[in-house]
Amino acid sequence: MEGIVKRFPGVVANDGITLLVEPGEIHALLGENGAGKSTLMNILFGLYTPDEGVVAVNDQPVSFSGPRDAVLAGLGMVHQHFMLIPRFTVTENIILGNEGSGLVLDRTAAARRVREISESYGLLIDPEAKVEDLTVGLQQRVEILKALYHGSRILILDEPTALLTPQEIEDLYGILNRLKADGTTIIFITHKLKEVAAVSDKVTVIRRGKTVGERITSETTGQELADLMVGRGVSLTVARTPATPGRTILSAKNLTAQPIHGHKPLSIADLELRAGEILGVCGVEGNGQAELVEVLSGLRPITGGTLAVNEIDCGQRDPNGFREAGLSYIPEDRHHRGLVLDFPLWENVLLGNAQGEPFVRRGLVRGRKTQDVTRQLMADFDVRAPSPETPARALSGGNQQKLIIARELFRNPDVLLAIQPTRGLDVGAIEFVHKELVRVRDEGKAVMLLSYDLDEVMDLSDRIVVMSEYQITGEFVAGEVTRNHLGLLMGGRHSDEATQA
Amino acid sequence: MKRLKLSSGSIVNIGGSIIAVAIALLLGALVMRLSGADPWAAYKALWNGAFVGRRSISETLIYSAPLILAGLGFAISSRAGLFNIGIEGQLITGGFVAALVGAWDLGLPSVIYVPLALLAGALGGAVWGFFPGFLKARYGAHEVITTIMLNYLAIRLITYLVLRRDDILPVDPTYVATKKVVDAARLPILLDRTRLHAGILIALGAAIVLWWVLFKTRFGFNVRAVGLSQGASAYGGIKWGSTVVIAMVIAGALAGLAGAGESLGLHGRHWSTAPGYGFTAIAVGLVGRNHPIGVIFSGLLFGALNAGGPAMQSAHVSKEIVQLIQGFIILAIAALEVVNRLPSIRSRMARRASAGA
Repeated sequence: MEGIVKRFPGVVANDGITLLVEPGEIHALLGENGAGKSTLMNILFGLYTPDEGVVAVNDQPVSFSGPRDAVLAGLGMVHQHFMLIPRFTVTENIILGNEGSGLVLDRTAAARRVREISESYGLLIDPEAKVEDLTVGLQQRVEILKALYHGSRILILDEPTALLTPQEIEDLYGILNRLKADGTTIIFITHKLKEVAAVSDKVTVIRRGKTVGERITSETTGQELADLMVGRGVSLTVARTPATPGRTILSAKNLTAQPIHGHKPLSIADLELRAGEILGVCGVEGNGQAELVEVLSGLRPITGGTLAVNEIDCGQRDPNGFREAGLSYIPEDRHHRGLVLDFPLWENVLLGNAQGEPFVRRGLVRGRKTQDVTRQLMADFDVRAPSPETPARALSGGNQQKLIIARELFRNPDVLLAIQPTRGLDVGAIEFVHKELVRVRDEGKAVMLLSYDLDEVMDLSDRIVVMSEYQITGEFVAGEVTRNHLGLLMGGRHSDEATQA
Repeated sequence: MKRLKLSSGSIVNIGGSIIAVAIALLLGALVMRLSGADPWAAYKALWNGAFVGRRSISETLIYSAPLILAGLGFAISSRAGLFNIGIEGQLITGGFVAALVGAWDLGLPSVIYVPLALLAGALGGAVWGFFPGFLKARYGAHEVITTIMLNYLAIRLITYLVLRRDDILPVDPTYVATKKVVDAARLPILLDRTRLHAGILIALGAAIVLWWVLFKTRFGFNVRAVGLSQGASAYGGIKWGSTVVIAMVIAGALAGLAGAGESLGLHGRHWSTAPGYGFTAIAVGLVGRNHPIGVIFSGLLFGALNAGGPAMQSAHVSKEIVQLIQGFIILAIAALEVVNRLPSIRSRMARRASAGA
């Protein structure tokens, strides 16, 4: 792909991107969110037509009018969110849309082919298994299998590690290397530096719609790539001193809660959060974290056990009650939980702070006062926006998150629950959020960091607990546990098994 | 019904409304042209009928008053995230109850009687707004279904009461209406030798109060937050259920006031035939972008169309063309909304297309 330009009303999503991928290599496409990766891949896949530039496959200029053309040209895409029908078998999913011209499905022949491909790349997939019975990691392999079945020689993986455990990620790397050995070309889209180093041969870095560099992976460093990606020098690690934990601020004992529809009930035997520490909660998404967060924010009623904040019983409290007891939140979903996107910034600062002074007096909103505070918070937390009247929707993800952090810290809470606080943020904003969490800890507040990114948890936490199957299955002092051990626990092994492994 | 909710409803969107009205007038002209009439003459007649002369202006204001009030009712329910098709039922319930109180001849002086009858009308509408709000908050029953059902219920119930219960109520089965509202309960006439009653003042006052409530009070903040993002408002500690119920009660009360103004001001009784203002009010709310001040202007616009419509007959155009124009306005608003969202819709379709690959 050379000199690709794609404009949308108001933005230039791709502004002269060149991506040259050699046959048989694993090529990482590295860039922050919004850098133009998805647009570029959609162009490659025929979903968008580029305004300028040339797309060529095997030196032949092509112009796809849709994904079907791309598939016929040997391209295959594995999306971040799988496109599989849970109740169908693996084979049924794979032949979906390509059932052949005859009236009768030749399922046996298809299943035989699926098995052949699966075995030749060590995918270990049973063609007759129902997709709903497979783990996320295996479902992803079904997607890869699907692409191979349709004859893909160029495989595009969009953020393929987002939902995987560390072990599953290792397995994926193995599969990709086998595919490469067999001559398949792989484009690996990511914003994680470690993945680039682990799996790719070459890497193209894009920033703000432009190619800013192409490097041979073995000849570059993570720091160089990060600087390229962000466009300035960034620090990849957070400097922090050892924690000095104080009194227990939040404690949960034998906590159970109503399950989310279709999930198992949450069961937390013992969870404590102490002043001046960062407690990391790691685990694979969908193991009870959503329930835990809702319970700790007063949105989900508990059915048993005790939950206390600052020694105040919070078992029956609503979100305002938790705030009064001294909790603040950085919710995981900025767009649906953290902000009302169509509200101006100052009304978003009001959200959750409207119980009384200084923003509300006798039921009336003090607009001027709220705007003044918002302006101050914007200055203190470097929220880049024209004015407090700007709608939250207009801000970048990083600035939205800064506003949320500013709002939540404004109440001077004792506990800060940070739920995936860096999800979808660029490297610069991640750096800011991480520093802020450490600063809050150093002020003597308790911080809980719940993240699906194990590296983030390990980098920042003073103490780590693992969530698996709606329970806490392990607790460790940071630095006294290996990544591998945590990974095994996250994958559902129990602590003693993990130790032996 | 989410699709029908317009993006932000701020007064900034007023440009869209003006474009929509312009498109509708052009389409209306096209239809008149095709049917062999002279659109220019027709619009001139419409203008004269709506704005030229004291009688025309007062007729426009008379039509506008219930449309503004009912449009405000639609606006606040929309702000809370509900699609309230029940304005019609809330309006006629309010009109009926107000007329009953006014026809009872309680022997009160005007200063007490008029507010009392208005209050009764507001309460009647409020009750009719409470049910769908409560059913939504408590059982998740969709307001579109419940409000439509309550519309029918209101119409049938009132017809029954005026036809059969003249033994206990001040109703007149021969007219299929309530008895006449006594003079002491009638809204005062603002302008001699016209029918212009005080309803328009009530409507303007209500718009200003609603604007204040929505944008200056915590309750209004809660309503808007709930309507824009249930997730974020729950996180912010705002109780969705009670907010929705109160918003619907207020919506019903405003629609009830619209009906009360008709009974106590214009007609002097409540006729059981429904004028359909409750449905026009939806358009008024949409064109006014669910902003109280915007609703004043769109209410005046629709009032002018209704008032000026009959005058178009002098240009050999059927007055029903006005209904057509109103329909075009709604279509244009919806179409503009789709155009607005096209980028996001297109990218969603692209994603779906790639999923099918």
